[in-house]
Amino acid sequence: MATSAVTTPQAAAYSETPEAVVVRFAGDSGDGMQLTGGQFTLSTALAGNDLATFPDFPAEIRAPQGTLFGVSAFQINFGSRQINTAGDAPDVLVAMNPAALKMNLAALKPGGLIIADTGEFSKRNLDKAKYDTNPLEDGSLAKWDVLAFDISALTIEAVKPFGLGNKDALRSKNMWTLGLALWMFDRDRGPIEDWLKAKFRTKPDIADANIAALNAGHAYGETAELSGPLKQLHLDPVESAPGLYRTITGAEAVSLGLVAGAQLAELPMFFGGYPITPASAILHHLARLKEFGVTTFQAEDEIAAICAAIGASYAGQLGVTSSSGPGIALKGEAMGLAIMTELPLVIVNSQRGGPSTGLPTKTEQSDLYQAVYGRNGDAPMPVIAARSPGDAFECAIEACRIAVEYMTPVMLLTDGYIANAAEPWKVPDPANYAPFPAKFLGSKNDGDALLPYKRDGKGARPWIKPGTPGLMHRIGGIEKAVDTGHIDYAPDNHQAMTDARKNKVHGVAVPDQDIAAGHAGGKLAVVGWGSTYGPIHQAVNRSRAKGLDVAHIHVRHIWPLPGNLGELLKSYDKVLVPEMNTGQFKTVLRDQYLVDAQPLTKTSGQPFTIAELQTAIEGALA
Amino acid sequence: MNAPVKFETTLKDWETDQEVRWCPGCGDYAILKAVQRTLPQLGSDPANTVFISGIGCSSRFPYYMETYGFHTIHGRAPAVATGVKLANPDLDIWLVTGDGDGLSIGGNHLMHVLRRNVNMQIMLFNNEIYGLTKGQASPTSREGTKSPSTPIGSFDHPARPAAFALGSGARFVGRGFDVSKNLPEVLKAAHAHQGAAFIEIFQNCIVYNKDVFNDFAAPKGAEDRQLWLADGEPMLFAGGAKGIALDVQALALKVVDVTGDNWQAAGVLVHDVTNRSIAHMLVELPFGPFPMALGVLYDDPSPTYEAAVIEERAKSSAGKEANLAKLLAKGQTWTVEANEGHPTD
Repeated sequence: MATSAVTTPQAAAYSETPEAVVVRFAGDSGDGMQLTGGQFTLSTALAGNDLATFPDFPAEIRAPQGTLFGVSAFQINFGSRQINTAGDAPDVLVAMNPAALKMNLAALKPGGLIIADTGEFSKRNLDKAKYDTNPLEDGSLAKWDVLAFDISALTIEAVKPFGLGNKDALRSKNMWTLGLALWMFDRDRGPIEDWLKAKFRTKPDIADANIAALNAGHAYGETAELSGPLKQLHLDPVESAPGLYRTITGAEAVSLGLVAGAQLAELPMFFGGYPITPASAILHHLARLKEFGVTTFQAEDEIAAICAAIGASYAGQLGVTSSSGPGIALKGEAMGLAIMTELPLVIVNSQRGGPSTGLPTKTEQSDLYQAVYGRNGDAPMPVIAARSPGDAFECAIEACRIAVEYMTPVMLLTDGYIANAAEPWKVPDPANYAPFPAKFLGSKNDGDALLPYKRDGKGARPWIKPGTPGLMHRIGGIEKAVDTGHIDYAPDNHQAMTDARKNKVHGVAVPDQDIAAGHAGGKLAVVGWGSTYGPIHQAVNRSRAKGLDVAHIHVRHIWPLPGNLGELLKSYDKVLVPEMNTGQFKTVLRDQYLVDAQPLTKTSGQPFTIAELQTAIEGALA
Repeated sequence: MNAPVKFETTLKDWETDQEVRWCPGCGDYAILKAVQRTLPQLGSDPANTVFISGIGCSSRFPYYMETYGFHTIHGRAPAVATGVKLANPDLDIWLVTGDGDGLSIGGNHLMHVLRRNVNMQIMLFNNEIYGLTKGQASPTSREGTKSPSTPIGSFDHPARPAAFALGSGARFVGRGFDVSKNLPEVLKAAHAHQGAAFIEIFQNCIVYNKDVFNDFAAPKGAEDRQLWLADGEPMLFAGGAKGIALDVQALALKVVDVTGDNWQAAGVLVHDVTNRSIAHMLVELPFGPFPMALGVLYDDPSPTYEAAVIEERAKSSAGKEANLAKLLAKGQTWTVEANEGHPTD
């Protein structure tokens, strides 16, 4: 994507002709806000705008209606320039009830637009949202533009011809709202209509009712333009590299990357999973891709999911398992088994707020220690972190490659934000990826003898499938003798095998660290990893546009680290490490390089805003 | 069952060069020999055979079998074995576990491998004690068992492995004991069964729970205390002088005396290995008032898990092309045209 001139937040304010707009849809968890946001995202992508989204929903499936904790929100930032984050502050807030208004108002930009459904601002709902007076009427919203009207009644009116009861009719409220939003940003309704027809194929009445609601919302925009703050905006398509595009979420990208990785390794894939938020989406995606030689196994627990994947790898497939923090903790002992038996395995960790059950639906980067250090014994394992939904595709392929080439488990870190967020993705051509076909030992590898732990130039042992004539041998979690793999507790042998496992992982070929913005040497490097890429990148670019001497370094290979990273970090006067944890990567960098890395931490379950990072950069350079 | 070609092997072909490290006199030796004696009779191929175990004395078993072997982690062997079987359904898998490994730390996995019906033989060596960790009470230890962790005697109620297996949905439940000459026949029946075949093997831990099974396993008086079940044969013991009949009023089994050869007159049941109701009674039969039920208690195959997985994969792949480029470009897409002077990448 082309990077255009950096805009200031003011330049993007709704009242001017902006290059980017942030819209937040907020309502009750039953209001269908995620669906509305998803369809708005699709229409935005089809209009050629760059975009980033942030779905933010409660852990409860159906929280009591109208309550503050039942509010579900979907934020999208889109524009005619490159978009890296879901946006700091919304320009437009669509509030479907009082609770949604209350929970999201603080984020709204001063002067921003509130669209509220007066039909839901009843005494009962105001009480539930703990409002003493109606904010739409008491003047408390004076610093924003307010467009309040009875969306509920308008929706009921629009779907009247379809004979639905009030309750069913109100379910189309989100489509009415979407119709209005589509009008506001000059979008084509066609793809949404197609989608509704496909979704309600067996219930054409419901499809028609929803389309009627969509059209009514759109028509309302047209007629209401004359009065009040509502106006139509057209954002030109972003200047992008030519090619075919689609939108993709991190969970989809991981699934596709794993399928691509298995194909490049010329292996069938075995995926062992257990339901957990936000990782389950990967299991759901892969369960529909059986034609690619994928077996999905919903195990009885997290431990069985990884153990079955290890069993499948032992039998010659590419074993993969996926979970989130608490489930990864349960898998820890089995990861040690994969390290000890030196079998390929990919472990995807969609991180969420912790510890324990923590914040199941909120994002955090607090499993870095667990990924790098979290096992018993000296148990080295490569760790890769994806920085965006699209990047998760590349990282999943890379994880498969390392696992197969080095006969080792590899952990791929994403997080709740990457897993759920969508972005436009230039569809890659599989032919551009170098294959890394797996090799299986077919005959004895040391004259007349079989040495299951004889290492190649990379330190990897041979992969030997059970069923191969003449190569019967035993493996397991007990320490093995060098080369033969027999049980061996001898002191020198354990020293030698510990060293061999460590050297193998440390020797994994990792590309040199590049610089995402700025150049080597200078006053300040902002070093990030994972999903903080977007806000860090924008903050560094904006700071540089103001003349500040700051660079952005974003690390994909968390373990082993890139060979040049230490020297690179030492070329700066200061190193700032923003993370959505209490400073875990900072500790790793300090330990590895003795650099004075300074932490910038956030553990609110929300991504960094660009403004927060700019303030920190200015502070560090003050 | 899995090898269509019968392989010619001898007991020696199944022995490894590794020194066996169980305590001298351990019941595991006898089980090892029984298995090594059985496999040549089955015509098994060592290269196609995989022994998978958890942790504990019994789980050292794979190291002594000249086959493929995977000594996994505590309790998890059924999960690893499920992955192996799904990845390569042609492999002949023998699972080795114990009362602690299979019923305590790994109880969940054992339950699920049984109810899924993954085709493998599951040998649970029950010695009613934790041997490798030096003698703590196990989930099958009898009430009152004195051990380092239960100095004045254990007080929790023991699990019954065969009842657990049947309750979990097992379609084959067999029982034997380490030194029994009938053990190979039970193993053969388990191997012939298509699906998860569960075999409880009573095993004498001579260090921490010595001779705990002597009450029924001791050779002297064995015929009075062992009920060897055979499909289609009357349930007789004590040299044919006693039998097992159904108490219709109580819906329970009872011991009846048999006069001469006339077991029919005494109402002795004929063993039907497919009768699940009777199997439930047999696995619950209390030793003491009843003899120990041994042999094949239940054997009624149903479709295997791996067959269902293969079928589902075929069904969901039917008519679909495995084209990665098409998959990546799926859904609603848009094209950005190349501008003049804009490099294509």
